[in-house]
Amino acid sequence: MNRATIDLWVGVFVLIGIGALIFLSLRVGNLLTTSNAPGYRLEARFDNVAGLKPRAPVKAAGVVVGRVERIVLDPQTYEASVTMRIDQGFQFTRDTIASVLTSGLLGEVYIGLDAGGDSQMLADGGRIAKTQSALVIEKLIGQFMLDRASAAPDK
Amino acid sequence: MPAERVVRGVRKVGATTLAILQRLGFATRFFAAVVWHSPQAFRRLQLTLREIYFAGVLSLVIILVSGMFVGMVLALQGYDVLNRYGANDSLGILVALSLVRELGPVVAGLLFASRAGSAITAEIGLMKATDQLAAMEMMAVDPLARVVAPRFWGGIVSMPLLAALFSTLGVFGAWLVGVKLIGLDNGAFWGNMQAAVDFREDIVNGFIKSVVFGVIVSLIAVFEGYDAKPTAEGVSSATTRTVVESALTILAADFVLTVFMFRGVGV
Repeated sequence: MNRATIDLWVGVFVLIGIGALIFLSLRVGNLLTTSNAPGYRLEARFDNVAGLKPRAPVKAAGVVVGRVERIVLDPQTYEASVTMRIDQGFQFTRDTIASVLTSGLLGEVYIGLDAGGDSQMLADGGRIAKTQSALVIEKLIGQFMLDRASAAPDK
Repeated sequence: MPAERVVRGVRKVGATTLAILQRLGFATRFFAAVVWHSPQAFRRLQLTLREIYFAGVLSLVIILVSGMFVGMVLALQGYDVLNRYGANDSLGILVALSLVRELGPVVAGLLFASRAGSAITAEIGLMKATDQLAAMEMMAVDPLARVVAPRFWGGIVSMPLLAALFSTLGVFGAWLVGVKLIGLDNGAFWGNMQAAVDFREDIVNGFIKSVVFGVIVSLIAVFEGYDAKPTAEGVSSATTRTVVESALTILAADFVLTVFMFRGVGV
C-alpha cells in the first residue's frame, strides 16, 4: 500500500465522515431552524403548565417562533414562570395571550401565542401578562361530573 | 486454623487491590507519556494518516453495514409499538434520537474496539514479543512516538467519524424501512425528526460521547499491547482484555455521560 493510496483513502474517509456529521446536523437535527438563531427572551406566568417541558416549541398561528427555555415555580405566588426564547424577527404586541396547548390528544405540549392589537411591542425580558393555563383533563372530568350531579334533580 | 485462613484471604484481597491500582496508575502514566510524545509523532504525520487508514477506513464496511441494519431493525420494531398508539409519524424521532444519542456512539465504539482496538493491541504486543520495540530503542527511536502515539491518535480521529457514519446510515436504513417499505409519509418522517432532534442537546452531545469513546478504546488498545506479556499467550490474552475492557468501559462511561448530558432534557 503506497503513500498516495493511503492519503486518498484517508481523505475519502474524513470527507464522508464530516459529510455524515453535516447530514446529522442539518437533516436530522435542526441546526438551521432554531437554537443558534439570535433571539430575545419573554416571560409568562401560568397557574398550571402540566406537561410543558424545556425545549418545547412556542408557536404563533401554528408556526414555530421560538422554544421554551426554562420553567420554574415562583415560590411566592405558586405560579409557573416560563421563560421563552423567541427568534429575532418575530415581534409580539404587549397584549399577546400565551396559552399552554396540546397538539392532538396525546401530542406534545407547546405554548401558543395570540397577538393582540396593541401598538407597543414586547421587548427582551418582557412579560406576557395575559395567559391561559393548561387544560387538565382530570379537572375537566371532575367538573363535568359535578355539573351532571347538580343538574340531575331538575330532570 | 481458621484465623490463618482469614488472614490469607484478606491478604489476597489486599494484593489484588494493589495490583489493580498499580496497573491503573501505570495506565495513567502511560497516557501522559503518550500525550507527551504526541508532538514528536505529529512531525511525521504520515504515520498517523496510515493508522487512520487501518483503524478508520478499513472499519468502514462493518460500521456502515451494521448501522444500516440497526436502523432498519429499529424502524421495524419501533413501528410495531408506535402503531398501537397511532403514533406512526414519530418513527423518525424514535430512530434518530436513539441513534444519535446512544446507539451511534456506543455500538460504533463496541465495533471499533473489536475491529480496530484488538488489531492495534495484537500488533503492538507482537512487536514487543519479537523485540521490535526494544530494537527501536536501541536505534534511539522512541517507540512511544513512532509506534504508540500514531495508533492512539488514529483511533481518536477515526472513532467520531465512524459513529457519525453509523448514525447516518442508521437513519437512512430507518427511512428505507419506514418510508419505502411500510409507506409512512416522507414529510412527517423528516419533519418530526427535525423538530425533536436538537443540535446542541443531541447531536453535539452524541459527538462528545463518540470522542470520549474514541479516547477510551484507543488508550486501552495501545496500553494493553504495550503492557502485554511478550509471549504468544500474553498477546492473545492482551487482545481479549482490550475487547472486554473497552466494552465495559464504554458502557459504564456511556451511563455516566448520559446522566450528565440528558438530565434536564424532558423529551
